[in-house]
Amino acid sequence: MANYSTNEFRSGLKVMLDGDPCSIVENEFVKPGKGQAFSRVRLKNLKTGRVWDRTFKSGESLEGADVSEQNMQYLYNDGEYWHFMEPDTFEQHQADKTSVGDTALWLREQDTCIVTLYNGSPLAVAAANHVDLEITQTDPGLKGDTAQGGTKPATLSTGAVIKVPLFLNEGEMVSVDTRTGEYLNRSKK
Amino acid sequence: MPDDGDTSIEWRPTTSNDTLIKRARLLAQVREFFALRRVLEVDVPVLGERTVSDPHLDSLYTEAPQRYLQTSPEYFMKRLLAAGSGPIYSLGKAFRAGDKGRNHNPEFTLLEWYRPSWDENQLMAEIAELLESVGCTSNAGAQRVTYRDIFLATVNLDPHQASLADLATLAGDIAQRDMNGESRASCLDLIFSFEIEARLPPGIVFVHDYPACLCALAQLGVDEQGVTVARRFEVFLDSTELANGYFELLDADEQRRRFSEDSRQRKAMGKPEMPVDEKLLAALDAGLPSCAGVALGVDRLLMHLVGAQHIEEVIAFLK
Repeated sequence: MANYSTNEFRSGLKVMLDGDPCSIVENEFVKPGKGQAFSRVRLKNLKTGRVWDRTFKSGESLEGADVSEQNMQYLYNDGEYWHFMEPDTFEQHQADKTSVGDTALWLREQDTCIVTLYNGSPLAVAAANHVDLEITQTDPGLKGDTAQGGTKPATLSTGAVIKVPLFLNEGEMVSVDTRTGEYLNRSKK
Repeated sequence: MPDDGDTSIEWRPTTSNDTLIKRARLLAQVREFFALRRVLEVDVPVLGERTVSDPHLDSLYTEAPQRYLQTSPEYFMKRLLAAGSGPIYSLGKAFRAGDKGRNHNPEFTLLEWYRPSWDENQLMAEIAELLESVGCTSNAGAQRVTYRDIFLATVNLDPHQASLADLATLAGDIAQRDMNGESRASCLDLIFSFEIEARLPPGIVFVHDYPACLCALAQLGVDEQGVTVARRFEVFLDSTELANGYFELLDADEQRRRFSEDSRQRKAMGKPEMPVDEKLLAALDAGLPSCAGVALGVDRLLMHLVGAQHIEEVIAFLK
């Protein structure tokens, strides 16, 4: 990979730092009236999600990280790995528990999600912001109770447990915000 | 409605009309200020055969013929002073490759002026008057503080006496990186830029009597405590660096030594060495009158006057 000098730093640039791939979040140019200029850089470690603040002297450089984001179709889970497919090339990738993380709770077969590849292998997986999933277990719905604001726990087909309104029943589809894990609405899909 | 044309091409200026008017007024006020004081406006080249050797300044250049876009009009102005121009100012563009950020643009407007027979104290007073005349008012008035006092007050270290190891440790703590092996000047610059600048009092603040290792083109002197200091000052406006000035170095041999030190540092940094400006040295040999000089960033002054947060708000076509 190419090396990037401080004057090429910009938000979104993927670089290697302490052996881990990182994404530059912010880059501030700091220079006294005369003398040494610095770049104050905020980076997000793409493996751990941790945010690092680092300072570089102008002219210092970081190695670029071979990181890309791709839309892929989620195929299936074999018990150990989650399998994804690039829609254009049909190339398949397998991701382990570390890279899939909590996103596993929102993955429905055939759905499109965003896979971050590092050196060609999945580093992280993000579900679409909104997904539609089936309720597989919940207490029976209370008819007519659509106005009251109460909620109850419901288990979805992926194993995720969310709070849903009292009137919903097993077998119904609901739309969920994957960033917050919140119920959005009843869905027909 | 007029046709906006191709909306995907960003052709519009990044400034508002109001800012254009304020810039025009500011430039007119500056010229009037100096006209009343009989300081002569000079128009020196932007393209020069030689450029600065300062290891922290990179010049843009043209290829055929090879010329450098000047990082400031300083060398040309000093040749005018040596030729007997009397007090002069230049209001024009300067260029510094790679300087890009909220307060920096590679092309910017610089006001630079020189006062023969004055020292830096008289010049600081005139800068305060200029700032007031263009509308920079502050309840506290202009304040002056030595580099040592602001260092002691903010980080509890004496910048002249502290060991390099102590400076490197503090700079390393602030920047969260290893600063061992860095020069005294780099450690001081980092501590000042990261820790002190933002905590300066509001309004106009002059920081003077810089450590000798940050002398640039200033004469050395001895302060009240008997310490050798650079007779250099910087002007801050609400914690933003606005201007840098010197009681100017006159000694051609000392200037040669500083140029060769610049070359040594550039080499160590892997940067191209810059050929020395022999015409400047010849002018110093012939005799530069004792003078104080300062360079002031006009775009930053305008940012302050219009309340801009980013330099793009005051430069019509930034990109």
